[in-house]
Order: sequence, then structure tokens, then C-alpha cells
Amino acid sequence: MELVCPAGNLPSLKAAVDNGADAVYTGFRDETNARHFAGLNFNEKQIRTGLDYAHDRKVKVFVAINTYAQPSGWARWTAAVDRAADLGVDALILADLGVLDYAAERHPHINLHLSVQGSATNPAAIGFMHRHFGIRRVVVPRVLSLAQVASLIEKTEVPVEIFGFGSLCVMVEGRCLLSSYACGQSPNTFGACSPAAHVEWRDTPQGQETRLGGILIERRSHAEPAGYPTLCKGRYQVAGELRHAIEEPTSLNTLDILPDILAAGVSAIKVEGRQRSTRYVTQVTKVWREAIDACKRNPQSFRPKESWRQVLAQVSEGAQTTLGPYHRPWH
Amino acid sequence: MPMDSSPSSNRRPRLSLGPILYYWPRERVLDFYAEMLETPVDVIYLGETICSKRRLLRPEDYWELAERIAASGKEPVISTLALIESEGELKTLQRQCADERFLVEANDLAALEFLEGRAFVAGHSINLYNQRTLSFLAERGLERWVLPVELGRETAADLLGSRPSGVECELFAFGRLPLAYSARCFTAYNRNLGKDDCQFCCGDYPDGLLVSTQEDTPFLNLNGIQTQSATTHNLLPMLDEVMRLGVDLLRISPQSRHSAAIVEVFADCLTGDLEPAEATARLRSYAPSGLCDGYWRGQAGIAAETGARRD
Repeated sequence: MELVCPAGNLPSLKAAVDNGADAVYTGFRDETNARHFAGLNFNEKQIRTGLDYAHDRKVKVFVAINTYAQPSGWARWTAAVDRAADLGVDALILADLGVLDYAAERHPHINLHLSVQGSATNPAAIGFMHRHFGIRRVVVPRVLSLAQVASLIEKTEVPVEIFGFGSLCVMVEGRCLLSSYACGQSPNTFGACSPAAHVEWRDTPQGQETRLGGILIERRSHAEPAGYPTLCKGRYQVAGELRHAIEEPTSLNTLDILPDILAAGVSAIKVEGRQRSTRYVTQVTKVWREAIDACKRNPQSFRPKESWRQVLAQVSEGAQTTLGPYHRPWH
Repeated sequence: MPMDSSPSSNRRPRLSLGPILYYWPRERVLDFYAEMLETPVDVIYLGETICSKRRLLRPEDYWELAERIAASGKEPVISTLALIESEGELKTLQRQCADERFLVEANDLAALEFLEGRAFVAGHSINLYNQRTLSFLAERGLERWVLPVELGRETAADLLGSRPSGVECELFAFGRLPLAYSARCFTAYNRNLGKDDCQFCCGDYPDGLLVSTQEDTPFLNLNGIQTQSATTHNLLPMLDEVMRLGVDLLRISPQSRHSAAIVEVFADCLTGDLEPAEATARLRSYAPSGLCDGYWRGQAGIAAETGARRD
């Protein structure tokens, strides 16, 4: 089982490589990838340096071009595919059917992975993508329980990658328009959920307010910690009650079920967080490398170490972590 | 592939009725379609698209309804589940796609696998954002696509301007916007129930469960695993533009009340018997949380040019 770690910049890429990632994933500096944040991602020179660094150490580099191209921007997506192919990266992580069709035709030798943004949650959807574009891996959306993941792996010939740690998308990735509904830009169209330019923080006598596109998505007392302002984790009024209507500010951590993940035949486990710091990448990669190695050595007696938990808790967003959809009661 | 190079024809779009997105009692569903048969709607999409646990009507019931709709001179289309996770869901989908009596609307990629090679519709939750995707699907049998709801007039015009010949374009023209799907059932979650013990509580909300901000602005609407907009998307004020672009169908999404009246308003505008401005004033009374149209104008979906947020 491969450990796939995030790299939002060159120092993070090196940190992931140095601390035991089997592969790192990156993106270019535009809306062709789903972490289109200011100051993040790679220009051509940086990615070349990163590729050499990783390849010298036998670590793979994947490039995410996993947003949806509209006609007016189409040339940027094909240019990104061509650039990544020419650089000799180990795989492209794609979502858009049109972009997949282009990449498969133009660069038939390149490994294509279906991004989580491609929204394939069952063997028929994966089969369709495999038959037409020869995808070599599928990253499945965070909607399946572990039992469903295991069953999926039995029924598809395409290796399956799952998210193991990091921020938790509650909706099927690639099919969530909440962000553009509030502010006009979504992961699909712009490569970011709740983009910073549309977020406002305001101190008021009622508490600290967070607005997205002018819409109040959270108001908390000054004592409560403020998380990344995704609108699905705010508090709203539902039937006269103030509550987290969609999800609490919690993040995903699957360390506790690592032996089950391994036993299910998962091919790769992904750490979310290209937008996070180099320190995050260093610490999370180190813990997950140790954990996977320990689990492979002896899955029966595997127990997450307390020191791992502490390290991960320090870098997790929000105070709590969850097994999320892998654990059926979450649904 | 041959392209449709003729100038936009200003042909009058047909009206369609989307699938019922909520969990209504069986009798109510049957009464609803009986009423719709009396309206000037041209195409009726039928089937459970949200949750496979909702089984008051089975695929057989929808086929029977579809026969009746076809006999009345309207076009039935079988619409399918938007998120396919389990083997049971996949089997039902496969059965729906194998029935060649009726056109089928794909709402998950899995349906494309089963429908390839025969005529099909791509629903708004199939991410068709560009010409290459449009051509790719057209080569595999796409007969009609519903524009993903977050796309606006600019992309619609680009796609319509170079669409493969014979492929129709449908717009989600009136209703609460379908915004997201999840593994979690949000209706059950907000009743403090698990999905596996949901007690079919979505049946208590014939138009979904309203979510408002902490300053009481209607924002979202929960419908099982689907999240919708609280405000009602309305493209009627843009009717002239939509016709100029050559859009073939306008979809009205069912709601528990006034659907027949909404269809009549759209039909009267299409025949020129009603001015879109006056029509929108009428539609506003059928949209309890206000109207929106921002997506079409390339803005936030919730934005409203027509001054239509809650009065």
C-alpha cells in the first residue's frame, strides 16, 4: 500500500520525500487543480526541481489537473496536461471526461488516475473510465463505508486509492456546488472551496462572524477556535434549533482502522492537505510511514501509538477527528 | 462530427418536468402525475433520484406511469439515482437502463456504462462542462444534456454554438437548485437519527428541510442525502436570451404545491400570452424563500437580479 502525500510547494515536496512518502501529488499555479490557493503550487522550474529530487530518491510525483474545464478556458487544461506529460511525471490525476479523453489520446503512455473529483463511487462508473481512458487508479470519494470500499475493490480491476487523513469533504467530491452557490466559485470551476477572496471575518458584539460571499456561515463566541471557513461546517438554524446542520468542524483520521484498510486491499492511502504547512507534511508523513510499516509487519497486533495520536491531533483542523464515512454510523 | 451550423432558430423550447426529488406518499405521487397530464408540459422525468430506501414506488410503478404518460402524448423519461454506492442500487440502475421502451436520464457515471450505445439523457449531475465532453458523450448515444446548474450563459452559449447535430440542451429553469450529494442523510442527521434508522423522516418534509443562517436568511434546503438551495432558481426573466441561444427544453422541478400553476405560467410566456416580468411577479408567490438566478449570470447562485430575495 502506497503512501501518497501532499505537496503545495517545494519545501513540502522535499519534506514528504524525506519522511517516507511513496508518492507526492502536486498541481500547477492556476485553476486547473483543486487547491488553487494564492502562493501555492508549482511553476515549471519548481516542479522540475521537485521531480528530480523525488525521482533521485525513488519517490513518484503525480500532478493533479482535476477541475472542470469550460470552453473559454479549455486551452489552459490541455496545456497543463501537455506540460505535465512533457515533464515526465509519474501520473496525471484527472476528473473531467473531456480532459481525460484528451490526455488518453494525446499521451497514451502516461498513467492516468481518476481524481476524487471524478466522483466514481461504484464498479460500473470505474469500469466506464477504465474502458475509455485506461485509468490505472481511482481515488474514491469520501462517501463509502470501509465495507463498501472492500466490496468495490473485489469488483474492479482498477487499483483503489482512499483518503486516510486530513480535511473531510462531506459531499461527493466533484458534485458539490455549495461554494459557488454562496460566492460564485466552486472546486469544479475555480479549484477552491470557499475561496479566501470571498471570506470575511468580522468581530461583532455577538461574536466573531465568518461570511462567505456575504452570507453568514458561522458566528461563534470569541473563546471558540475558528477553523477553515468551509460553509458545510458552519452553524445554522434548522427547525428552530441552532446547530451544525451538515457537519461539525472535524477532520478525517483513519489510523485506528489501518489494519482493515490494508486487509481490504486498498492500493494507496492519501493524505489531504496541499494547502497546509511544511511542518504538517513532515509530521503527518512521518507518522503515517511508521504506522503503515508497523501495520504491514504485524497487522493483528497493530495499535496506533499514543505519540502518533498526539502529533496528528496537533496538526488536525478542528478539535476532533472522525472515521467519517468509513464508519457506518457517521452516515 | 457534423456541427449544427445553422443560426439559432429562436424555436420555442419545450417544457419538461423534472423528477420528484422529495419523498411523497404514493397516492400523492400518482395524483401529482394525474394533474400534470392536464398541463401543457411536454416531457416528464420520473423515478427516484435521491435515496434507494424510498420504495413507495418501484421501477415497475414508474414504467406503468411512463406508459400512461406516453399514451397521453407526452414524452416520459426514466430518471435514475444520482449517487450509486451499493450493489443493490447498481442492479436497479442496470435494470432501468436495460429497458429500452423509454429514454433514460443518467445521473451517475455508472448509468453511462449501462446506457452506452443507446440514446440517453445526461442529467445535471453528470459533469458536462466543455465541448470535448459533449462530443465524447454524443458519440456514445447522448441525445440530450441538462446543463450543470452552476454553469452560466457564457458556457451555455459556447456549448450550444458548437454542439453535435441532433443533441438537445435542457436548462434547469425553475426550482430549488440541486447543489450537493453526500453519503450522509442530512434530514436524519438533523433529527438526530442515523441513516440506517432514518424512520423515513424525509417524508415529513414534502419540500425539504429549510436551513437558515444565524441572521435568519434562508440559505439551504435539506432533502435526504441531497442539499438544495433554499431559494428558487428562476430563468423565466431570461426567456428571450434562452430562446436566442437555441435551448431546447426548460425544466421545472416539482414542488409540493403550485407545480401545475408554474407550468402554466411558463407555457403562457412561451406563447406570448404573458410578459416575463408579470410572470415572475406571479412565480415569486410560489417561491417561499425567494427567487435567485445568479448562476446564469456568472455570479453566486444565490444572487438575484430580479430583486427576488425575500421581500
